[in-house]
Amino acid sequence: MSDAVRIRVAPTRARLAWPVSARLVALSILVLLSLVAAVRIGAVSMSLHTLFAAVAGRGDPAMVTIVRELRLPRAFQAALVGAALAVSGATFQALLRNPLAEPYILGVSSGAAAGAVFTVVTGLAVRMVWSLPIAAFAGAVLSMLLVFRIAFSVGRALDTRVLLLAGVVVSAFLVALIWLALAFADTDSVRSAIFWMMGSNANASWRSVSILVSCLVPAFVILLGLARPLNLLAIGESTAAYLGTSVERTKLVAFGTATLLTAAAVAMSGTIGFVGLVVPHAVRILWGSDNRSLLPCSALAGAAFLVAADTLARSIAGTNELPIGIVTALVGVPCFVWLLRRPTGAIA
Amino acid sequence: MTAPMWSLREVSFRHHGARVRAVDNVTLDIPAGRTTALLGPNGAGKSTLLELLLGTLRAERGVVSFRGRALDAWARRDIALQIGVVPQGETEPLFTVREIVAMGRYPHLGPWRRESASDEAAIAGAMDRCDVAQFADRWVSTLSGGERQRVRLARALAQEPAVLVLDEPTTYLDIRHEMTTFELLRALRHEGATVLLVTHNINLAARYSDELVLMHHGRVAARGGPEAVLTASRIESVYEWPVSIVAHESGAPQIVPRDGAWR
Repeated sequence: MSDAVRIRVAPTRARLAWPVSARLVALSILVLLSLVAAVRIGAVSMSLHTLFAAVAGRGDPAMVTIVRELRLPRAFQAALVGAALAVSGATFQALLRNPLAEPYILGVSSGAAAGAVFTVVTGLAVRMVWSLPIAAFAGAVLSMLLVFRIAFSVGRALDTRVLLLAGVVVSAFLVALIWLALAFADTDSVRSAIFWMMGSNANASWRSVSILVSCLVPAFVILLGLARPLNLLAIGESTAAYLGTSVERTKLVAFGTATLLTAAAVAMSGTIGFVGLVVPHAVRILWGSDNRSLLPCSALAGAAFLVAADTLARSIAGTNELPIGIVTALVGVPCFVWLLRRPTGAIA
Repeated sequence: MTAPMWSLREVSFRHHGARVRAVDNVTLDIPAGRTTALLGPNGAGKSTLLELLLGTLRAERGVVSFRGRALDAWARRDIALQIGVVPQGETEPLFTVREIVAMGRYPHLGPWRRESASDEAAIAGAMDRCDVAQFADRWVSTLSGGERQRVRLARALAQEPAVLVLDEPTTYLDIRHEMTTFELLRALRHEGATVLLVTHNINLAARYSDELVLMHHGRVAARGGPEAVLTASRIESVYEWPVSIVAHESGAPQIVPRDGAWR
């Protein structure tokens, strides 16, 4: 039969031309390039030669300080937060079988924001620098526990629909509390609270980077170990059970790990939106839903994306630094729409 | 006769918030090495009974045993090594046909182990038998309903189970694929598999099953060979529609619903 008249609705073959190793190498190169760009670009730009000398601790002492104490930790923090949010977003999308799922869907961002706003409004954040991330982390974990408590009180097993609804209502309640606190706060507090909620890596340090590494590495290993069970859960909970998964245990471990990972990221850089929703979808549209490839690819893509967004956020508006959440959405949305319009755009 | 694959003793189950029991005091043996079809009108309790047999629901009363051991004592993975399930439908994100079929190897591989040559062979063989090998690299979401049904069947075969459980396996299939599915089930049974299926196609069930179990209001209304179970008066009272019985060339009774409203 000739193929003269053919209605092309969807491509017939999946794009599997890229083996997993090639995907990982390509994305790793992207992460490296974004890191180099992040360290070079800024109020003081530098050549590659000066950059590598400064990393090694040679050359102009001012340059060495800028690179080693400011730009490197900030770029690493952006990379780690991007990886954490993207991995946890991919996990939530598999667990909830819902394309709208993202790391903040169970109220983690509102819990963290409530904790952060509390320290800002009470002035604690100014007196003790570390009180804000600690309060944000505690708020995130408490809201997660509350959401799970509500979900478990409704049914015997963990019903993901109930969990979603519990996340939405707890989040709404916390947001109301935040605005209540801000309604009585002074202008400076309101401004810094809003900036925190839009996300920023300005407070990055080697300490925050090492804390993030020590959260990200074990969480990533756990989630990667759950990649096959997560694939089965993405198909359906009963199918996963028929194929031998202990469904409730897998869900609990994966939800808990992904939420703690998000809480750690949010505590360091505020509630940066969009990365956790869109990066895993973009990777999925390119290479499919298999979590053994999706999780590591999302981690690398999320890292590269957030490093690039952070570099733009601090360099595009001259001396003013933009909140990174604005950049992730303004740059990310057009890119995502372009991906979505490709023939394999079915994400659900 | 050999020991039954499943045996249920006075098993009851009521869904959360429901007034009546979905499965009501059922005592039943499902034989090994045979094809058994679970029939009955909508809401008769077939799906609930299936979930009790698969251990995804736990009986409120009574005991469900599988291979002589209470189902509660089986680990999920050990059940998956014995029973392959073809569910009616599922969410299908961007997985290729091969990836979906390969999931059938999960009970053998666990979370970490790589596919060996024998796993590859099981996956390829299952795709061949279900006529989906030509779609191997396509996204499942681009296939038709009937093709997806065959992919789910292939996944269950890749499990290499002793028992195959199918929930409405031919709902979306055209005549050719419906018949090839039933022929495949017959072939598998001749190779020694135990087959249990839920279906609304009474006539094909009568031709391709050794045993029929007719459910009505959560109870077993009748069980036995097709000739014994499928009588006009019984079908009329269970399905509430007048029918005549004719014989298929193989001798199996066939139901022909008659025109006109009931009474």
